[in-house]
Amino acid sequence: MNTIWALAKIVVLEMVRRKDFYVLFILTVLLTGTAGSVNLFNDNSIVRYLKEICLLLIWAASLVIAITCTARQIPAEREQRTIFPLLAKPVTRAQFLLGKFLGCWVATGMALLVFYVFFGIVSASREQHWPVLNYLQAGLLHWLMLAIVIALTLLGSIVFAAPSSNGTICFVCTAGILLLGRHLNKVALGLTEPLQSLLYGVYFAIPHLELFDVRDLITHNWDLIPWGMMVLATLYAAAYTAFFLTAAWLIFRRRPLN
Amino acid sequence: METLTIDNLRVEYRSRAVGEPVKTAVKGLNLRVAQGEVFGFLGPNGAGKTSTMNVLLGFVPPTSGTARLFGVDVREPIARQRIGYLPEQTYYYKFLTAEELLRFYAEIFQIPKAERSQRIDAVLKLVELDHARTRQIKTYSKGMQQRAGLAQSLINNPDLLILDEPTSGLDPIGRMKVREIIQRLKSEGKTVFFSSHELGEVETVCDRIAILHQGELKTEGRVSDLLREHGTNLEQIFLKIIGHPPPP
Ligand SMILES: Nc1ncnc2c1ncn2[C@@H]1O[C@H](COP(=O)(O)OP(=O)(O)O)[C@@H](O)[C@H]1O
Ligand SMILES: [Mg+2]
Repeated sequence: MNTIWALAKIVVLEMVRRKDFYVLFILTVLLTGTAGSVNLFNDNSIVRYLKEICLLLIWAASLVIAITCTARQIPAEREQRTIFPLLAKPVTRAQFLLGKFLGCWVATGMALLVFYVFFGIVSASREQHWPVLNYLQAGLLHWLMLAIVIALTLLGSIVFAAPSSNGTICFVCTAGILLLGRHLNKVALGLTEPLQSLLYGVYFAIPHLELFDVRDLITHNWDLIPWGMMVLATLYAAAYTAFFLTAAWLIFRRRPLN
Repeated sequence: METLTIDNLRVEYRSRAVGEPVKTAVKGLNLRVAQGEVFGFLGPNGAGKTSTMNVLLGFVPPTSGTARLFGVDVREPIARQRIGYLPEQTYYYKFLTAEELLRFYAEIFQIPKAERSQRIDAVLKLVELDHARTRQIKTYSKGMQQRAGLAQSLINNPDLLILDEPTSGLDPIGRMKVREIIQRLKSEGKTVFFSSHELGEVETVCDRIAILHQGELKTEGRVSDLLREHGTNLEQIFLKIIGHPPPP
């Protein structure tokens, strides 16, 4: 565990010291800030609309950060040959992968925390209303979803050689699931066999990331999700994350490094 | 018990392209290095030295045969607890300072917190990077980077050091420093296994050498015995063994 944590800290440190991350970060914060501070007729529907745009921005930014940060990790270790002195130490390949995963997850979690806190303060201070638990649940589910995405990207970075193509593939898959995932079964109904079974198979196999998207909790001030459901969602995310990480390990375990 | 044992090691590289022949880098290598020895692993470029080391460090699985460090199969990560390794080309996390890099590796080795700082101070002093410890490694000169590499290989106070061409690309002062460090480790009873093309240097620091050529072991023995046997210096012996007799 100490080893995994040591590896994770390096990933976080790298992200904090890289400049490109700040660009995205400042951009999102600026947009959120401006959108949140324009005071248009105090019309409720417009305020809600602005909040939706801000949250969409936060979601997009978090996916970009998570995927680009993760896709780079292992290719960079190999290209810069830092993996050699590292794996020459008593580090197992499993610890290496877990450390990378944890680092990317914690780093995006930190970014997420800043985004949500900033957005929360801007919007709550205008509405004189502090739905802290709503933000907590929405942010937590968002972060859990990113765990699945990061594990998937890590697996992709072992399967595909080029980090850029891996990043693109992961981004397309994630966006596809988020937008279309819940409709696949309905689409399947309209198809003929064997396409129908195939699409049903896909529907049941993919991680339903859209389930973690509860932005309405913030924009519409919905009632809180029962905490039992939160536990279930955590288990669901953990299962898919574990599956992708295990697959990554099975491939990476015996891979020659040279 | 031997520190390093290689039995019948064969390393093949399979290329991804179909139909391309398998490249054999090491062919049936047998080698033993005893505790406290400084062992020179010699051979022309492409002889298979790095490939052998890659097996010792678990980067590449042996195609056949076995390799052991301190009696533990190299496929077990724990075999690497007591070794230090300096790769042929050294690159380190550019965004870290030397001190942060060493702290990271110290954590990997699970060196107790109380000892960590002391250990880091000691190795930085040994490689003379004390003055630059808080600078990011990307600002280092090549010689300094090499010394940072040497520092990381010593962080766990290893009993066996595996160095892949540690002096290549260094200026005479840098080479002398590396040689001094090797000799100092020897005096502390450590085992050093290193590859090198600097045969004059090898002659002065090594107890024993092996010469590898095209993946096969050509000669192995005590430096003093070889010199006496052939009646000439190591460079001439090397050229003769790999089939390049000196001009008359
Ligand atoms: N990844 C690889 N794929 C194919 N062949 C390789 C690979 N790495 C090394 N080789 C070949 O194996 C042989 C030994 O290489 P190496 O161990 O690097 O030699 P040395 O370190 O003694 O110069 C060389 O002929 C080299 O071309
Ligand atoms: Mg080499």
